[in-house]
Amino acid sequence: MSVLTTNYLTPSGREEAWRFTPLKRLRGLHDGSVVVDQRHSLTTKSALPAEVSFTREALSPLATSDDVIIERIRGEATDVAHLHIAADAQIKEAIFLTRLGGGVDSAELSRVRISLGSHAVATVIVENIGDTILAEDLEISLAPGSSLTFVSLQEFDAKSVYTARHHAVVDKDATFKSITVTVGGDVVRILPTVEFIAPGACAELLGVYFATTGQFFEHRMHVDHAVPHAKSRVNFKGALAGKDAHTVWIGDVLIRAVAEGTDTYELNRNLLLTDGARADSVPNLEIETGEIVGAGHASTTGRFDDEQLFYLMSRGITVENARRLVVRGFFSEIINEIGNEEVQERLMARIDGELEKAGA
Amino acid sequence: MSTLEIRGLQVSVDTENGAVEILKGVDLTINSGETHAIMGPNGSGKSTLAYSIAGHPRYTITGGSVTLDGADVLDMTVDERAKAGLFLAMQYPVEVPGVSVSNFLRTAATALRGEAPKLRTWVAEVKEAMEALNMDPAFATRNVNEGFSGGEKKRHEIMQLELLKPKMAILDETDSGLDVDALRIVSEGVNRAKANNNLGVLLITHYTRILKYIKPDFVHVFANGHIVEEGGPDLADKLEANGYADYVSK
Ligand SMILES: Nc1ncnc2c1ncn2[C@@H]1O[C@H](COP(=O)(O)OP(=O)(O)OP(=O)(O)O)[C@@H](O)[C@H]1O
Ligand SMILES: [Mg+2]
Repeated sequence: MSVLTTNYLTPSGREEAWRFTPLKRLRGLHDGSVVVDQRHSLTTKSALPAEVSFTREALSPLATSDDVIIERIRGEATDVAHLHIAADAQIKEAIFLTRLGGGVDSAELSRVRISLGSHAVATVIVENIGDTILAEDLEISLAPGSSLTFVSLQEFDAKSVYTARHHAVVDKDATFKSITVTVGGDVVRILPTVEFIAPGACAELLGVYFATTGQFFEHRMHVDHAVPHAKSRVNFKGALAGKDAHTVWIGDVLIRAVAEGTDTYELNRNLLLTDGARADSVPNLEIETGEIVGAGHASTTGRFDDEQLFYLMSRGITVENARRLVVRGFFSEIINEIGNEEVQERLMARIDGELEKAGA
Repeated sequence: MSTLEIRGLQVSVDTENGAVEILKGVDLTINSGETHAIMGPNGSGKSTLAYSIAGHPRYTITGGSVTLDGADVLDMTVDERAKAGLFLAMQYPVEVPGVSVSNFLRTAATALRGEAPKLRTWVAEVKEAMEALNMDPAFATRNVNEGFSGGEKKRHEIMQLELLKPKMAILDETDSGLDVDALRIVSEGVNRAKANNNLGVLLITHYTRILKYIKPDFVHVFANGHIVEEGGPDLADKLEANGYADYVSK
């Protein structure tokens, strides 16, 4: 165990990046007062195909970061859990990385790298379960022509604190698709960020979150169109139920002057299932060139649709089951993109459970 | 043998300018096996009557009663009314994103029958119900009413009627938006439900066309929030010829 040094700028909460986050509940991850435990909790679930390796090694970061917690992780964590998929490998079955929480008495600082060689194709599912305090610097590199579906599941127990950046660097003609699911934890703050480094690349960031009583879930996207002819799509759907459930969605998309031919659209939809919950939604499109294919955003926050509930109930379905159907229906568009029945059904059951717990 | 009894029903809706009374004392009794047609001008309150019986939250009951075999319908939640044997085929069926027709039908059947239908027989049952209404089996995997054409939505309503087997059905302009073939197919569906389950029907329509297929025992003229005249099937022909001028001026 060790105590972090504190020679980093501690956020005060007034900074744009931190203005929504309840710093007091971060257990000292942001100001360095946290006690760190050397645990490497991320493991593979089953034997890996020959073209896939999972090792611990020293790697320098792929990209810089202005996030103070990421800086701390890089200062402390010396080696990186590295999942590599060899060039040209076509991995049909999803690769599971599982993390069982190590408790909330101390924190884990984690660095993870997922890299795909050129023209590799794979699906990686990272499962976060149990209780933990975890700060994570997760970087993804996609070589030219590769294609990754990255599923990140936050199925934590009630006390967990998770702050992370999931940063993808996408090279020429590569396709990155991420599905971020946050349904558990006390405080979860994820920065799904994408950086295009060559033309022809494509990124699709999908996500769902469901916060119930007292939970705080923040998803702060950043998509950097720094090259011409890249395409990005963002679609996050959230539901909230119960007193002081709070979610934050920030969609920063930057189209730089050189990024001609950019095609981007971002969407965030929130469903407020009870009073007393709060959903912040801030799309933010910065456009430095007019020579683009398209750029748009939309953000909506609504409640249960009485007409839908009435229609279902008029066929004998109880109000609880009608609500469950509507919420499942709302999330299914994204959850079904995971492409793994077992995981999808598990998440839907968790969502049912959260809904029931919140008494919505 | 069931009886749906509506007595002195008064209903209002809340608007920005306060409550507005729409139904001004409706009296109507429907027995199993009977078909009652209701015809009346736009805005006279026909859908309000249908929704009020089904329990739509938008409407406030300010007077009167609705009973099914003596049980107080107005005291029941929407799903309890369905479980008691009431069914409403809606004028504008609602889209439910992300909920497949097959999941919806199975959930409804489970709720109404008190147990989940056996998977084997259920699949065959749904297939048969869809075929009977000339619906492509692909509809089962689509989301409820999402992107359905007007006529497809109406067929979907009658397919549910056949599958869910209620005692009393209110059909709110089920014939509107149907082409000639669909009108016949949908009417046959209603007639099958009548024959098989001794269904009582309250059929709201603007056209005598559907009454050629579904023969009414009684025709009621609805105007200004209540029933203003009652008669046999020939009343419908009279209305078609003369319109509602006699009634709305009253
Ligand atoms: N929220 C509301 N505010 C004001 N008026 C309303 C409201 N809801 C319904 N009404 C009025 O109630 C009346 C009855 O409506 P209803 O839909 O029952 O008519 P209808 O007989 O079914 O007509 P149609 O033949 O066109 O289907 C209409 O005049 C309608 O405008
Ligand atoms: Mg109407």
